[in-house]
Amino acid sequence: MGIVIVDGQEIEVGEHERLNGIQVARRIGVEIPHYCWHPGLSVVASCRMCLVETGTRAPDTGKITMLPKLVPACQTPAKDGTVFVTNSKLVQDQRARVEEDLLIDHPIDCPICDKAGECLLQDYHFEHGQSERRADLRPFTSRRREMGDTVTLFVDRCVMCTRCVRFTREVSQTSELLVIHRGSHEEIDVFPGYPLDNKLSGNVVDLCPVGALGDKDFLYKQRVWFMKQHDGVCAGCSTGCSISIEENQDAVYRLKPRENPFINKWWMCDDGRYGYKHIHSPDRQIEPRRRRAAAGATTTASVPTASANGGISVADYANIEWSEIPSALLASLRAAIGGQSGALAAVLSPHLTVEEAYLLAKLARTLDPQAYIALGPVPVIGQDESYPQAFTIHAEKCPNRMGVAAVVAHFAGGHHTWDDFLARMETGALKAAWVSGGYRTPWIDEPTAARFAGLQALVVQDLFDSPLWRRATFQLPGAGFAERSGSYVNFAHRLQSFGWAIRPPAGAQVEGRLFWQLLGRRGLYDPRAVLNEIAGEIPYFAVAMDPVPKVGVDLRINQLAGTTS
Amino acid sequence: MSSFEPVLMANMALPDSHTLRVYESTGGYQALRRAIKELTPVQVIDAVKASNLRGRGGAGFPTGLKWTFLPKDHPGPIYMCINADESEPGTFNNRYLMELDPHQVIEGIILSSYATRATTAYIYLRYEYPLSWKRLQAALDECYAAGLLGKNILGSEFSLDVYLHKGAAAYICGEETGLIESLEGKRAWPRIKPPFPAIEGLFRKPTVVNNIETVACVTQIMARGVEWFKSIGVPSDPNNPRDPGSYGPKLYCLSGHVNNPGCYEAPLGITCRQLIDEYGGGVWKGRKGKAAIPGGISMGLFTEPEFDTPLDFAGPGKVGCLGLGTAAVVVLDETVSMVDFLHNSCRFFQHESCGQCTPCREGTAWALAMLNRIRAGKGRLRDLDLLLEIGDTIGIIPGTTICGLADGAAWPIKNAIRKFRGEFEDYIKRTNPHGYAVTEPVLALPVLAGAH
Ligand SMILES: Cc1cc2nc3c(=O)[nH]c(=O)nc-3n(C[C@H](O)[C@H](O)[C@H](O)COP(=O)(O)O)c2cc1C
Ligand code: SF4
Repeated sequence: MGIVIVDGQEIEVGEHERLNGIQVARRIGVEIPHYCWHPGLSVVASCRMCLVETGTRAPDTGKITMLPKLVPACQTPAKDGTVFVTNSKLVQDQRARVEEDLLIDHPIDCPICDKAGECLLQDYHFEHGQSERRADLRPFTSRRREMGDTVTLFVDRCVMCTRCVRFTREVSQTSELLVIHRGSHEEIDVFPGYPLDNKLSGNVVDLCPVGALGDKDFLYKQRVWFMKQHDGVCAGCSTGCSISIEENQDAVYRLKPRENPFINKWWMCDDGRYGYKHIHSPDRQIEPRRRRAAAGATTTASVPTASANGGISVADYANIEWSEIPSALLASLRAAIGGQSGALAAVLSPHLTVEEAYLLAKLARTLDPQAYIALGPVPVIGQDESYPQAFTIHAEKCPNRMGVAAVVAHFAGGHHTWDDFLARMETGALKAAWVSGGYRTPWIDEPTAARFAGLQALVVQDLFDSPLWRRATFQLPGAGFAERSGSYVNFAHRLQSFGWAIRPPAGAQVEGRLFWQLLGRRGLYDPRAVLNEIAGEIPYFAVAMDPVPKVGVDLRINQLAGTTS
Repeated sequence: MSSFEPVLMANMALPDSHTLRVYESTGGYQALRRAIKELTPVQVIDAVKASNLRGRGGAGFPTGLKWTFLPKDHPGPIYMCINADESEPGTFNNRYLMELDPHQVIEGIILSSYATRATTAYIYLRYEYPLSWKRLQAALDECYAAGLLGKNILGSEFSLDVYLHKGAAAYICGEETGLIESLEGKRAWPRIKPPFPAIEGLFRKPTVVNNIETVACVTQIMARGVEWFKSIGVPSDPNNPRDPGSYGPKLYCLSGHVNNPGCYEAPLGITCRQLIDEYGGGVWKGRKGKAAIPGGISMGLFTEPEFDTPLDFAGPGKVGCLGLGTAAVVVLDETVSMVDFLHNSCRFFQHESCGQCTPCREGTAWALAMLNRIRAGKGRLRDLDLLLEIGDTIGIIPGTTICGLADGAAWPIKNAIRKFRGEFEDYIKRTNPHGYAVTEPVLALPVLAGAH
């Protein structure tokens, strides 16, 4: 253990901690401004914004000897006896000079810049800059150049911190970005014919401390101060990157990675980043409907057989109010089951949260104590793509296979897959089924949907139309990932909990909320209460009994502790 | 002075001085043969240390001491980088050595590598020196053929390969870590230190960087002995135990407004005036001197009365210059405008700044822009204070940059304006009679009320 002194305050640092001046100052709430330093990239100490005074305190006499010059805090290790002074006149004057330098060529076009409101150049200028512009020399220019399909460069806003260049060299290891020219003529660019084109490219926009690199997907869509940030989990694949969902009035405008050393560090992939669009798709189902043939009756409905034109048409359905659904739905299912044990099946989608999966299984078992519980189809697209310095983008394109499979295993006493379920249906034992979907791409084909023909009642919860949707007795529009609250378990057994970021479109209903209601539970849907219940009931989830930290919790912790003690 | 016999340049007047035959005929490679046979590497280091040889590349760092920073018992490889990027304006002594006596240089490289246990040496050569390239390569080929380079040199256990690498004409490639990055095939952006090259240099291995003239001095120290070397030059200050003194002969580059410009060998410590008058035949055209660059443009300026300053490692600093630098003296006669001089200097440094550090990248460009404006008749007295503020705040001395290029950019600004302020003020008042006193910024575009 050692003592580091920042602005006169003593800070204890652990023996094996390797912190720099910026990191150690943060511990007492002192923010040393910096552009080029980033914890996930190599140290270049070139922006010179983090210059501080430093010295050492002699261990025996306690006498402090200061260096006669400024040093970059990012490059200075915080060791026992290291002294940092971050607020002297010398330091403050130099910060003002760096700000002044960076603005010499800058177009100062904040009013039309996407970064305004979250720009370090702006923030630092307010805090450390000088009000007078002394460098009254060059006319401003404002040039823009494309770096690739997703990223654009506003050349003159750049402060040459080279974070983006280092990212493509060190993290994505694709090296598309480089610095061209020299000195004050330097610019970021790509080699001709080799655009910025990798699955992590969007991160360079997050890394850019100023408005130089712009995300073309987000460009000019929203002022950042209008948006609210919600901690979320990316549902794009089983990696489950921690993200921040940024929305305004129930419209998501962008996803940003949220630091999580256990999963995604500071990054996320472009598939996930831009993969939220389906939640605002005009094709989303937003009206709950009931098959007309079954309207008014509770016992006669059976799933139509496949006809030449691919099933029954929309005209065969009547809209139904959400308020009428619980009684109608339960009656229809009970009638189909007819008191026969094991006649009901519930298919739990790997897009459901752990809580939702659990509630649906519970619901099925209330209706039919022998109900068959299975995991829905697990979408696998392509191959895992590994970025050793970041994370692996998994081919399993759903966020919660691990969590839902654990729920299935608990209720079914084994692994029941989608294929097991289809085979079960083949035996004719099933009379009714509840299938949850939530997939962002088409997930079931006509021949598979046709295999549901023998059922008396079929409830389908989904985002989009599908051959199965058209066979449903009840069509229930469900929620997208940003609308759910609850927990996902990623490929590595890490459970993360999150709340909803936006409300589902009018007419759609979050799955968990419906299950809660159908189970006759009181008050509002409370996923935390459900998780407590799960943690008490299913050993795999036991550690989730405690509050789940923002970075999630490794569900194997208990088991590991068990094996080591 | 008359007793001084040139040593480094002794062979240069001989016909075919660049060949192995001529070099050996004057005793060349005898020092190497003796060292390899009779001395351990540590003894060579000790000799160089005892000689107090200081680097000739600009910083004047004691060479023997630098070598001892290498890690002991390192499994290797250890690299030797010979800095022949010679881009400091006014400097051409490395060129004399490489063109006219390349074997003296190569013998020094082999000796230095033997001492530091380096097994590979790279000569990083300035792009604009095609004849140096040709002669060095020919000399290296001769050495390989004669068993002076390659495996088991002169039948000993010691092996060394020397590669000649041509740069692409950038001043920053002369900065030792810029040079290393460039050798590695990267953009020559100087590295942050620590780690210093001796610990982690080329290809992340221990590395020594030395100047061409420095290794030529090593040859002579090993040939003539430490006593000889220390009999020349200016002894260390007895009151300062850490002063290594300024020993040995030095190749002074004299150019500008003198009658006989050229490269002259003289003992360290002759004054600038001696160099101009006794070697250079005085200021040209019967004019008076006005100022002189003491050791390359980065070192700042002497005024005429300061010509009596000794050109040793301590002298220029005493009159506000940065140091001896490359000992390249450029004389400016009384007709030279200091505004033009400073403009030229600023133009050089803004062009050569590698662009990593904000204060250097933007400061050098801002300074040039102000000089451009002053020369366009739109200068303001206030610009001089801004220039001085830039000069006082960029560089490794105030700690605001990674390498010394910024200090080199700062010194001419500080010296020119502080030592010739009257001339700058007169110029601005004369060329901008209506606006020279303006203190408000005059903006090129309407202010966008963005940041404040
Ligand atoms: C901007 C800059 C340019 C330099 N250019 C050269 C050069 O061209 N040749 C050289 O020998 N040293 C140059 N140096 C000095 C080197 O960094 C280094 O100190 C020197 O090569 C060490 O060799 P020495 O100890 O033998 O002098 C330069 C330094 C700076 C900061
Ligand atoms: S001081 Fe100038 S030349 Fe040296 S590293 Fe910094 S920007 Fe480059």
